[in-house]
Amino acid sequence: MLSPAESEALWLSLSISARSVAFNLPFAILVAWLLTRTRFAGRTLFDVFVHLPLVLPPVVIGYLLLVLFGVRGPIGGWLHETFGIQLAFTSTGAALATAVMSFPLVVRAIRISLENVDRGLEEAARTLGAGPVDRFVSVTLPLIAPGILAGAVTAFAAGLGEFGAVITFAANIPGETRTLPLALYTALQTPDGDALAARLAIISLTLGLAGLLISEFLSRALRRRLGR
Amino acid sequence: MLRVELRKRRGAFALDAAFCAPTPGVTALFGRSGCGKSTLISLIAGLLAPDAGRVVLDDDVLFDSERHLSVDARHRRMGVVFQDARLFPHLSVRGNLDYGARRVARAAPRPVAFDDVVSLLGLAGLIARRPHELSGGEKQRVAFGRALLSQPRLLLLDEPLASLDLARREEVLPYLERLRDAFAIPIVYVSHQFDEVLRLATRVVLLDAGRTVADGDIATVSRDPQLRAIVGPDSVGAVLTGHVERADAGLAVLRVGDAELSVELESAAVNQRIQIQVLARDVIVATVRPAGLSVRNVVSARVISVTPDAGRAVLVELDIGRTATLLARITSRASEELGLTADKQVWALIKAASLRGHVFNVPAR
Repeated sequence: MLSPAESEALWLSLSISARSVAFNLPFAILVAWLLTRTRFAGRTLFDVFVHLPLVLPPVVIGYLLLVLFGVRGPIGGWLHETFGIQLAFTSTGAALATAVMSFPLVVRAIRISLENVDRGLEEAARTLGAGPVDRFVSVTLPLIAPGILAGAVTAFAAGLGEFGAVITFAANIPGETRTLPLALYTALQTPDGDALAARLAIISLTLGLAGLLISEFLSRALRRRLGR
Repeated sequence: MLRVELRKRRGAFALDAAFCAPTPGVTALFGRSGCGKSTLISLIAGLLAPDAGRVVLDDDVLFDSERHLSVDARHRRMGVVFQDARLFPHLSVRGNLDYGARRVARAAPRPVAFDDVVSLLGLAGLIARRPHELSGGEKQRVAFGRALLSQPRLLLLDEPLASLDLARREEVLPYLERLRDAFAIPIVYVSHQFDEVLRLATRVVLLDAGRTVADGDIATVSRDPQLRAIVGPDSVGAVLTGHVERADAGLAVLRVGDAELSVELESAAVNQRIQIQVLARDVIVATVRPAGLSVRNVVSARVISVTPDAGRAVLVELDIGRTATLLARITSRASEELGLTADKQVWALIKAASLRGHVFNVPAR
């Protein structure tokens, strides 16, 4: 049904987006927790910084990543020399760029559900003998699970379509970083690529619809478990 | 013994409380809504940091501001039941019951057994359910069970019935009585309903605007003017302790002080210890022994004092022997006409029917 190039772009998109979500979640939970539960100097500035990818052009994010994580960049250079890891122009780099772009979405979703957690339940857990980490894992985390799921699904769906940051930081390499939107863009640049572009657009559309349906189904099931 | 001495300032509200609670035993913290009862519970449990003071439970210092000592709430082993139950919504009833039990130190004694709690609180049919499938009363019962199974040294019950309607309250109260009688765990019970206090506690600490204003056994506190101010003139009444002398056909004779009182009582066991509230407005005072009256209880008494009360009434304190005291609320006109003064011998008249619903069992210890 799909040509090898099409299925390659499809799987690459799914894989890069999934990896970006995996990158995102631990940091997003930590940042959401810091923003809702702690008070520290520069908290507002930190909040704004976290939300920057929402307002900056994706190309700027891609450029900044290139400066920081490029092979000659301060972090990228260190990673390359110490672990032999190269991020720029690789699929891992594409996942990183996607992760940075969707990070504010995930933080926001988790933050909202953290703000809705009844602190009284954590207090109850404390009187029942649970320490701080125990309370977080056994009470807070299950209660914010719907928020984490919602954030993850949104980030995954948004990640499938990430274009600017990926093409700037990881370029458009077939089989490595040429995801669905990049393949679609490439098809449009090629003479006689119209049919391919249309097929890729339909694949994207189907993917998006399926993602939204699955997310709705999952969050309903989770909320039922929590009795809401 | 639990010794509490705590100060905490929160905005314009200042809490300054000091009281003792025997262990075992049930001590009620009684006061109007907003008098600082719940804050005090949070401070004792360690969920809120006091400004200064001490909390000592059976010689273990849990908090001492002078020594900069504060045991974390999770190590205080105090089972707290909150007004809103606070069951974990993502866990089943069993998961909730096990939550505290699983976190008890391995070497610690476990006097409270799972099966005992389940049968005592009638939880067998609920075990697989989730909190949102429970009624308000059922939720509170699970919360009691969860607190008990964390093997606490002290139970802190923070208005556990306040969120329930009257019918649900009546449904849950017997479970609380059973819980009190089945385990030797001391209880601090917070309430703003004096009938709950009467039914469950033997000691009362009175809290008013953040201060402990009275602290003693329920009979003493029931005559305290500070309590009168809180409960209002119609609910003022002496609380007496005694035991069941005879019982048959729904009518029981109670021995209280030197007096015998007949009351309507459905089930009474001879020698069962009881606590009875005689509302001041239900007591009639006579200077001669009346005859030809339907009233069942005519008690010989001596006037201790006559003090002005709200409106055109006076409150007459009556000695009925062996330190037992009655309160009678009569009009000041009646008091003048009868010439009531200290040491005058009188008769106190109490309808048996007016005592209905005011007699409560107390545990023998």
